[in-house]
Amino acid sequence: MAGLELLSDQGYRLDGRKPSELRKVQARMGVFTQADGSAYIEQGNTKALAVVYGPHEVRGSRSKALHDRAVINCQYSMATFSTAERKRRPHGDRKSSEMSLHLKQTFEAAVLTSLYPRSQIDIFVKILQSDGGNYSACVNAATLAVIDAGIPMRDYVCACSAGFVENTAVVDLCHAEESGGGTVMSLALLPRGGQVALVQMDARLHQDHLDALMEAAMTACRSLGQVLDGVVRQHLQEVSVLTAE
Amino acid sequence: MAAVQVCEAEKVYIMHGVRDDLRVDGRGCEDYRHMEIETDVVSNTDGSARVKLGYTDVLVGIKAEIGKPKPAAPDEGYLEFFVDCSANATPEFEGRGGEELGSELSCTLYKVFNNVNSLELRALCIAPREHCWVLYVDVLLLQCDGNLFDAISIAIKAALFNTRIPKVTITEGEEGGAELELSDDPYDCVRLNVENVPCIVTLCKIGHRHVVDATLQEKACSVAGLLVSVTHKGTITCVRKVGGGSLEPESIFEMTETGKRVGKALHAPLMKLLRDEEAQGKQRQKVGFLG
Repeated sequence: MAGLELLSDQGYRLDGRKPSELRKVQARMGVFTQADGSAYIEQGNTKALAVVYGPHEVRGSRSKALHDRAVINCQYSMATFSTAERKRRPHGDRKSSEMSLHLKQTFEAAVLTSLYPRSQIDIFVKILQSDGGNYSACVNAATLAVIDAGIPMRDYVCACSAGFVENTAVVDLCHAEESGGGTVMSLALLPRGGQVALVQMDARLHQDHLDALMEAAMTACRSLGQVLDGVVRQHLQEVSVLTAE
Repeated sequence: MAAVQVCEAEKVYIMHGVRDDLRVDGRGCEDYRHMEIETDVVSNTDGSARVKLGYTDVLVGIKAEIGKPKPAAPDEGYLEFFVDCSANATPEFEGRGGEELGSELSCTLYKVFNNVNSLELRALCIAPREHCWVLYVDVLLLQCDGNLFDAISIAIKAALFNTRIPKVTITEGEEGGAELELSDDPYDCVRLNVENVPCIVTLCKIGHRHVVDATLQEKACSVAGLLVSVTHKGTITCVRKVGGGSLEPESIFEMTETGKRVGKALHAPLMKLLRDEEAQGKQRQKVGFLG
């Protein structure tokens, strides 16, 4: 975008971060009692809630059931007040459906679905406040919620967005950086094996830069993985103190 | 709503408890569950509040936008309600599943809140017949455990209290038309007078008595209920029968009396809490969903 300097001469971004710096991440597991698993995450000003129901019997038509693994059902929605301009509908528009599909693909790659044949796992995510990186906040929140529900996964799924500004890869973009019209890549990673669960890139980028961008995004995902691991460990500690004699 | 299944023996147990003024969770018939209120939780909105009532959890966000006044009331602004029954609350709400409940709730909210007696709608007018503020009140259900109306009405009152609308100045434009200018200063804003905003009290008839703030289990034992909206003075602004069964005129009278008493007692502590929270200002540690 003309006039908006995304990276200053000193190498700092609009909000004062360095190119490889993440926003502050705060998360909590077990936010709700009625759901089987739930989690809340804040990445900067982006706030997301995730709720997991299941594994349970397949709801609706039986024909959806798979005989060898569980069906993963995702719904992505945004609160009508989450964006600067009020949204008319929380879900059902094209962007939300696309995001639901991406989440489904991501978690099919991570959850050990073959342990629960003929059943269904519901993952519902909601953006309460949107400031860029909605997909990554949703994936990270959903990971915590799935862990909270006690559903086995191959590894944490950590997601992060990355962009390319003035020959530098910048990670964890905020809304102003995302809407600048530059390249935005969303990447979901299983950090331990280094496998990519989902990668998506809008706008074009020279092939020579792709490696650098992927590498930056993967490094960011690994650091996020450590944060998520810390959250899970702290949650377990708190819970075990409560249940211990 | 999360489906609860209550067997006959449980029903008898709950009904006998209500008869003796001792409910399953130890409350009396006119007691509310533990309530937590926090305002200013979503910074993208002009006003927001989150209310937890037992396991019921609602989040309300208010956004003010400039619109055109309705022809029937050219010198008043208006409110728009939208209730999002999200799949977070229960998987039954997935897709279009929550729409029916959502529209039922928003219709009732519209009747209760969008009138001159509850809110000074004239204060929302910018230029008669031309421009007015439209307050979009968006309710998000995060978890349902009965008594949605009461929790939503309290959250709306708290969010309206928290709402700050930027000041508008009207200047004469170059071509003769009026031009609106919004103040950039976040402290240069208009607050709403929420004194007369009512709260909803839902009463459920269980056996020969009625209870306030019924949980889903208790609701399953009741055939019908009465929704009463009460202002801080004890004036009743709206009465509606809810549920499938029928009520006797005498019990409706008794229930409105209880609703009036309970509703009147609800306002003072609510306003005190909201004022205390505001007095803390920026020093207040925001809890949100991390607490």
